[in-house]
Amino acid sequence: MPQTRPAERSELPGIAQRLRRHIVTSTTAAGSGHPSTSLSMVELLTVLYFGGVLRYDPSDPQDPHRDRFILSKGHGAPGLYAVLAEAGYFPTEELSTLRRLGSPLEGHPNMCRLPGVEASTGSLGQGLSIGLGHALAGRLDGSGYRVYVMLGDGESEEGQVWEAFMYAGNHGLDNLTAIIDHNGYQQTDAVDQVQPLEPLTEKLASFGWAARTIDGHSLDEVIEAFEWARTTKGRPQAIVARTTKGKGVSLLESAPGKWHGKPLPPDEEAKALEEIGAAI
Amino acid sequence: MTLGLTRVDLPKGAATREAFGDALAEAGGADDRIVVVDGDVNNSTYTYKFKDKYPERFFNVGIAESNLIGVAAGLAGAGKIPVASSFSVFLLANAYDQIRMGVAFPNQNVKLVGTHAGISIGEDGPSQMGIEDVSLACSLPGFTVIVPADGPSTAAATAAMLQREGPTFLRCGRPSVPVVYPGAADVHIGKANTLRDGDDVTIIANGIMVAMALDAAEGLAEEGVEARVVDMHTVKPIDQNAIELAARETRGIVVAEEHLAYGGLGSTVAMVVAEHRPTPMAFVNIGDTYATSGTPEELLTKFGLTPDAILDAAKRVLKD
Repeated sequence: MPQTRPAERSELPGIAQRLRRHIVTSTTAAGSGHPSTSLSMVELLTVLYFGGVLRYDPSDPQDPHRDRFILSKGHGAPGLYAVLAEAGYFPTEELSTLRRLGSPLEGHPNMCRLPGVEASTGSLGQGLSIGLGHALAGRLDGSGYRVYVMLGDGESEEGQVWEAFMYAGNHGLDNLTAIIDHNGYQQTDAVDQVQPLEPLTEKLASFGWAARTIDGHSLDEVIEAFEWARTTKGRPQAIVARTTKGKGVSLLESAPGKWHGKPLPPDEEAKALEEIGAAI
Repeated sequence: MTLGLTRVDLPKGAATREAFGDALAEAGGADDRIVVVDGDVNNSTYTYKFKDKYPERFFNVGIAESNLIGVAAGLAGAGKIPVASSFSVFLLANAYDQIRMGVAFPNQNVKLVGTHAGISIGEDGPSQMGIEDVSLACSLPGFTVIVPADGPSTAAATAAMLQREGPTFLRCGRPSVPVVYPGAADVHIGKANTLRDGDDVTIIANGIMVAMALDAAEGLAEEGVEARVVDMHTVKPIDQNAIELAARETRGIVVAEEHLAYGGLGSTVAMVVAEHRPTPMAFVNIGDTYATSGTPEELLTKFGLTPDAILDAAKRVLKD
C-alpha cells in the first residue's frame, strides 16, 4: 500500500529550498521554461509530498490505491519535476535534462513518459475535470484514495474549470481537493487587471465547495489546510493559496509580469541560488 | 425510411444509435469497468439503457462537454473503460482540445460515441449535424475511427471497441436504417467487409452509404457493370489491403460517405490509392458546405447522397 512520507517538520524548509534550487537551475540550464510559476507553489508541493499528505510509492507509481496529484497548470512542470525527483521517482541529476530532446522532462508534463505524472497538461483548464474522473472512480470502487489538483489563478478563467467545480460540488465529492496557486499574475498582467476572480472563496462556496484562503508560503498554514481538507466530509475542498510569483528570487518577485515563462539568465543564477540558500 | 433505395429490398432496421445503446447495456453486464459519461442526451444517444441497468456507473455531467471528456479521461486513468457519449458534433467539435489533451495525447482508453452524425438527422438542422467529425477524429494520432452501416454491425463494432484497448471514435446516426448484415455482423476493427463482389468497379462506403452502394451496384448490374461493394467501417486504421485489391482487380474506385469532402473516408482511401496503386476515383459526399433543415430524404437528395449519385460516379470512373 502506498504510504505518506512525512519528513520531520524541521526538515521541510530544507526540502523547499532544494525544490527552489532545482527550479532555478533546471530552467536556466534549459534556457526556457516557467520558473516563477513553479516557485510560487513550492511550499504546497513540499507539504503534499513530504508533509504527510500524499500516499504514494515511487517504486509502484500505478498502484491503484495511490493518492493522485494532478498539476493542471502544466507550465509549472519544473516545480513538479523537482518534487518528483526529490520524492524518488527519478534521480535529481535528470533535472538538468529539462526540455532536451530525448528527456522525459518535457516542457509540459507528459504522463506517458514520466512516472508520477498523473495527467498530461499544459492546455489550461483541464486538470480539475481529470481529477474529477479519478475521484468518481475512487468513490465508485470504494477505494480510499484522495485526489489533489493544483490550478493556477489565471487558469481559473477557463470555463471548463467551473464546469468541474459545479459537478464536484453538486455531487459532494469529498475525496477531491483543489489547490489554487493564487500568485496574482498571469502571462501579460495581474489577474486583477485581466479578469478578477474575487470573491474567489465565496464563489467556490456557492458552488458547493468547502473553501478557505491561506498563506501559501507558510508551511504551518499549508500543513493545517491539507489536514482540514482531508478531514472535511461531504464536500470537495478548495485551498486558495495566496502566493508570490517567483517566490524566493527577488528579481523574479520584483516584476512578475515581466518574468512569466522566462528563465533566469545564467549570470543571475548564482545570486538567485544565494538568495534561496544553500541546499540542506 | 428507405434512404432512397429503389432496387434492393433490404429489411428495415434500427437506428445505429439504438443498436449501440443496446450493445452497450449488454456489454455493461460482462465488464464492470465499463462506465458511461453523458452530456444530458442519454435519451437521444440511447445510453439510458445502460443507465437503467447500471445507474451507479452512469455519470450525467450535464451540458458540459469539456468537463465530460476530462472526466472520462480521469476515469480511464483510474482503470475504467469510459464511454463518453453525446451528439458527435458536440463531442468532437465542442471538446476537441479536451480530447486531444486528455485522450489522444496520453493514449487513454476512452471510447467516444457520437450520435446524430451526418445530415440524415434532418429537421434539427446544421448546428446539430456532425459532418466534420470523422475528419476531426482521424486527425488525432492513435485514434481508431469506426463508422458502422447498420444495427447489427453497430452492435458488433460496439462490442469490438469495448474489448480493444485504445482511444476510439464510434459514429452513429439518428434515423433507422436498412439492414445490410442480416443476422449477426462480423466486424473486425481495421478489416473491411466485402458485401458484393464485382470486377468492373469498386464502391467503398461506410455508414448509411453502404446500403445505397448496394442499391447502386444493383443498378449498375442492370446495365451490365459488376460493382464490388466494400463496407469500410473502420476509417482509421484503414484496410490498406482491401483498397489495393480493389485498385488492382477493378478499374476504378468510388468512395461514398455522409461527411464533408475533406478528411474523411474519401481522403483516406485516396491517400492509399495515390501511394500504392493509382487508379481512377470519384467521390460521393456532402462536399464543402453546411446543410440546412429538411427531412432526411430531402437533404440526402439535395446534397447528392443517393444511390443514383453513386451509380453516376461509378460510370464517370469507368469512362476515365
